[in-house]
Amino acid sequence: MKFSSTGPYPPSSRQTGPAYRFERIVIQGVEALCDPSGALFLPAQSMLIVSDLHLERGAAFARRGSLLPPYDTLAQMARLEQVILRHDPKRVLSLGDTFHDRRGAALMPALFRERLDGIMRGREFLFILGNHDPDGVADLPGMAASVLHLDGLTFRHEPSPDATPGEIAGHLHPSASVTRRGGTVRRPCFATDGRRLIMPAFGTLAGGLDLDHKAMHGLFDRSRLTAHLLGRDRIYSVRYGNLAG
Amino acid sequence: MDSPDTLPAPFRQWFEKKGWQPRPHQLGLLSRVGAGEDMLLIAPTGAGKTLAGFLPSLVSLSQRGRIPPGSGFAGIHTLYISPLKALAVDIERNLTGPVTEMALPIRIENRTGDTPQGKRQRQRVNPPDILLTTPEQLALLLANGEAERFFKDLRFVIFDELHSLVTSKRGHLLSLGLARLRRLAPDMRAIGLSATVADPMDLQRWLVGQVEGASRHAGLVKIEGGARPEISILHTETRVPWAGHRAEYAMGEVYEALKRHRTTLLFVNTRSQAERLFQALWTINDDNLPIALHHGSLDVGQRRKVEAAMAENRLRAVVATSTLDLGIDWGDVDLVIHVGAPKGASRLAQRIGRANHRMDEPSRAILVPANRFEVMECQAALDANYLGAQDTPPVGRGALDVLAQHVLGMACAASFDPLELYDEITSASPYAGLDWETFERIIDFVATGGYALRVYERYARIRKTEDGLWRVSNPKVAQQYRLNIGTIIESPVLNVRLVSKNARGRLGRGGMSLGKVEEFFLEMLSPGDTFLFSGKVVRFEGIRESECLVSQGYALDPKVPSYAGGKFPLSTYLAAQVRRMLANPSGHDALPDQVRDWLALQQDLSMLPAEDELLIESFPRGNRFFMVAYAFEGRLAHQTLGMLLTRRLDRAGLRPMGFVATDYSLAIWATEDLGLAFTRERPSLEDLFDEDMLGDDLEAWLDESYLLKRTFRNCAIISGLIEPRHPGREKTGRQMTVSSDLIYDVLRSHEPDHILLRATREDAATGLLDIGRLGDMLRRIKRHITHRPLDRVSPLAVPVMLEIGREAVPGGGQDLLLAEAAEDDLLTQAMAEG
Repeated sequence: MKFSSTGPYPPSSRQTGPAYRFERIVIQGVEALCDPSGALFLPAQSMLIVSDLHLERGAAFARRGSLLPPYDTLAQMARLEQVILRHDPKRVLSLGDTFHDRRGAALMPALFRERLDGIMRGREFLFILGNHDPDGVADLPGMAASVLHLDGLTFRHEPSPDATPGEIAGHLHPSASVTRRGGTVRRPCFATDGRRLIMPAFGTLAGGLDLDHKAMHGLFDRSRLTAHLLGRDRIYSVRYGNLAG
Repeated sequence: MDSPDTLPAPFRQWFEKKGWQPRPHQLGLLSRVGAGEDMLLIAPTGAGKTLAGFLPSLVSLSQRGRIPPGSGFAGIHTLYISPLKALAVDIERNLTGPVTEMALPIRIENRTGDTPQGKRQRQRVNPPDILLTTPEQLALLLANGEAERFFKDLRFVIFDELHSLVTSKRGHLLSLGLARLRRLAPDMRAIGLSATVADPMDLQRWLVGQVEGASRHAGLVKIEGGARPEISILHTETRVPWAGHRAEYAMGEVYEALKRHRTTLLFVNTRSQAERLFQALWTINDDNLPIALHHGSLDVGQRRKVEAAMAENRLRAVVATSTLDLGIDWGDVDLVIHVGAPKGASRLAQRIGRANHRMDEPSRAILVPANRFEVMECQAALDANYLGAQDTPPVGRGALDVLAQHVLGMACAASFDPLELYDEITSASPYAGLDWETFERIIDFVATGGYALRVYERYARIRKTEDGLWRVSNPKVAQQYRLNIGTIIESPVLNVRLVSKNARGRLGRGGMSLGKVEEFFLEMLSPGDTFLFSGKVVRFEGIRESECLVSQGYALDPKVPSYAGGKFPLSTYLAAQVRRMLANPSGHDALPDQVRDWLALQQDLSMLPAEDELLIESFPRGNRFFMVAYAFEGRLAHQTLGMLLTRRLDRAGLRPMGFVATDYSLAIWATEDLGLAFTRERPSLEDLFDEDMLGDDLEAWLDESYLLKRTFRNCAIISGLIEPRHPGREKTGRQMTVSSDLIYDVLRSHEPDHILLRATREDAATGLLDIGRLGDMLRRIKRHITHRPLDRVSPLAVPVMLEIGREAVPGGGQDLLLAEAAEDDLLTQAMAEG
């Protein structure tokens, strides 16, 4: 089929409702489900992990004079609500950079704070500290730590090159591209070789570092590295060697 | 009445010494400006426009004499605004000559983006009498706290090439700047210099302050064209192709024409056409004629070299895009060749004006149509040129993003009273219709972003103080504003570097910089693809940091860069002329045989539409059913129409599969029999083409259109929502595109009536989507639609049918590609493990 280059077709009105599909992976013997939103769910632990939420990003820009729309926080919360409804976890872990800057949590308007309280009611909330929010999160329910160990897994914000196997980290916003029929598609992805997993930034389809970026060097056994790309309602798994250069 | 005696002695003597007569329009302008009128001077190139424009200022300055030292601060006397930096520099040279020869006590300086900081500083403390500058520099000067002092003595402002300035957002910003100048210097007179335009009154109004309920305009002096240009359409013995834009059939004849002239300018419409033409000429350049290439994507250094060689008459030909359109003197051009149709009568006239830059000698030009429709279009443009018809676009309504930028700039200059500023702004003709409510929303936008969710009060950029005046919140705001001023948005570009490659395929460091290429073009390429750039076939190797690396390519048939922004849509005027030409078979005799036979064949096998009729043909081909609509409204409007019609056909169950648009027609194909459906009126063509498609269908489509995202990005930058430059760092184009797309999606879903979305829509309606023109067409063809069911493709349909398959891979369907990649991956995996 050939369509003009002016935009997507057929129109999205014809697309059927979301039939969400998760991708089951195993990290150091622990089963995990990759959710197309960019969240990871550990069924045995009933724990949902999201990374790099960057809440109050708009406000962080506004503090520097760029008045971007103030709806990013609400949108992230809506996505968080949906993924929590899908998995109904007992615990939610935010893997660092929960807020876009140090002052984000403290200056967050009450309106947003109440919404977040609502989402988290009845669940345990854990924060890993990130480079954007190293001081922790002010006035939010939950505990903050820089590293968390659980069932043989280690959770931290920035991957550590000499970590023991079983590290789950964020920070790098990994992305990968595939090329087909002369077109290239680039998407955020979960990147894992079975021993380490780098999480995509939650809830965004844009930006990120490619898997051969120098920040990724030494983190993965490339012969076993797979990118689980985020699609609209499913995950697309492509091994490192088959990605676009 | 306007005899040379009205000139002061030094001027009279100077003219005599040169053996010249002051021209009547020069004297006329002088006396009318002297009598207190603002004036517009319309003249073809080479008519001594510049001297005429400056004469009132020079005479006034010579009478004023030098300001005695110690008499206190004197602001500038005359401001000259040109659209191009190069032109401002050029004029300084041309003006300094006469001023020195007459020994006039006048200091002339220019101020552009290239002027060093020290000189700018000195200009503020000790201003020259005449300052030559650009619209952006004027905006900067006006946003300065010292603006009032700097401009208080201003007597004249001269706008050069006004026709090219006013129709863009630059012109909107400039009109607001002029409104401010009028307030700072009420005795100032405005003088506009312009090439011939369709509606001079538009420009006459632009030059003077508007008041509600009154019609005010500047006076007009108009010089009719000198010798009539000699224009011809290339007569060829070879076959003119049905479709395409390359005109390769004509290269031999074009080359022969170059050989017969001293210096030839070859104009094309897009940069990729320029690259193609340049390459084609060099492959047959057996005499090794010095032929050069000049377009906006080339390295500045390379462009300057070409310009210098041109000025020294060292070149025999230059292949150029619109970068050479404006009135700079490039040396002795005696022939202009236009390859491809010129798309507009005025554009053709201005380009032809480049040849023999003197009034009394005829310009010579040859038009080279690239396909058979273009033959008709060239004929129409040629007729228009003889008739003196003009189709320059109207000034248009002032853009809201520009207004936002200006409001912030005015707050940077001094605190403002909103009522006073509103009156000032609505005195600028593009903003005369601005309502108070919109103005208030713009102020709110500048202050806190204008969001319904009011959470940014504490971060406001401007604040209303107790005395009712608005002022900037802190000095950083003004600093940011100054860094990001202007309305020219470059699409994200990457530097192209030619690198060497060793035997093992490793890329070397360093290498020559070839120029710049738009990022979105590279996104379509895979490493190993070849394309034409800077006259070379190069091989795309990849992107390193912010550079596109290429190596020497050896392919014979490169993938050509197709840059955005280079393609002009067919002007409404020419479109109407082509329709008329089609409708009147008696006039077909003037057309070349090939085209005449083609149209006669169409008459036999199908029909030729009447002037205001929309002909729709339907026919089967392969296993598809096609419809072709001959709307003649330009590619942009046809693309929009194509998107909207496919939605409607889809709803009617006719399963459209795709469409392709050219300047002349639109073809849609489907798996169901479109012709049969139209004959049975399910749906009827009247319903299908009903104006109401511009309602809900348009809305629904806009949700998905990337064109609107691109328009939004420009609005976001111009309005100051996104600031590409922060002190000490600059966002790359890629980062900016990503973030503006996100902002756009956020606004659409959370605040669809945000003022910036409105600005985007108003832009798109005239710009990339050409909705305005589509609407006009839908009204025009109401009850004038003729359906012609055919059993096969018609002669008139051949050109558009040949375009099918040339279109790029779809922007949508990305998930489909992902799924394919994942499936392939599974397959290779299964085979490896099995």
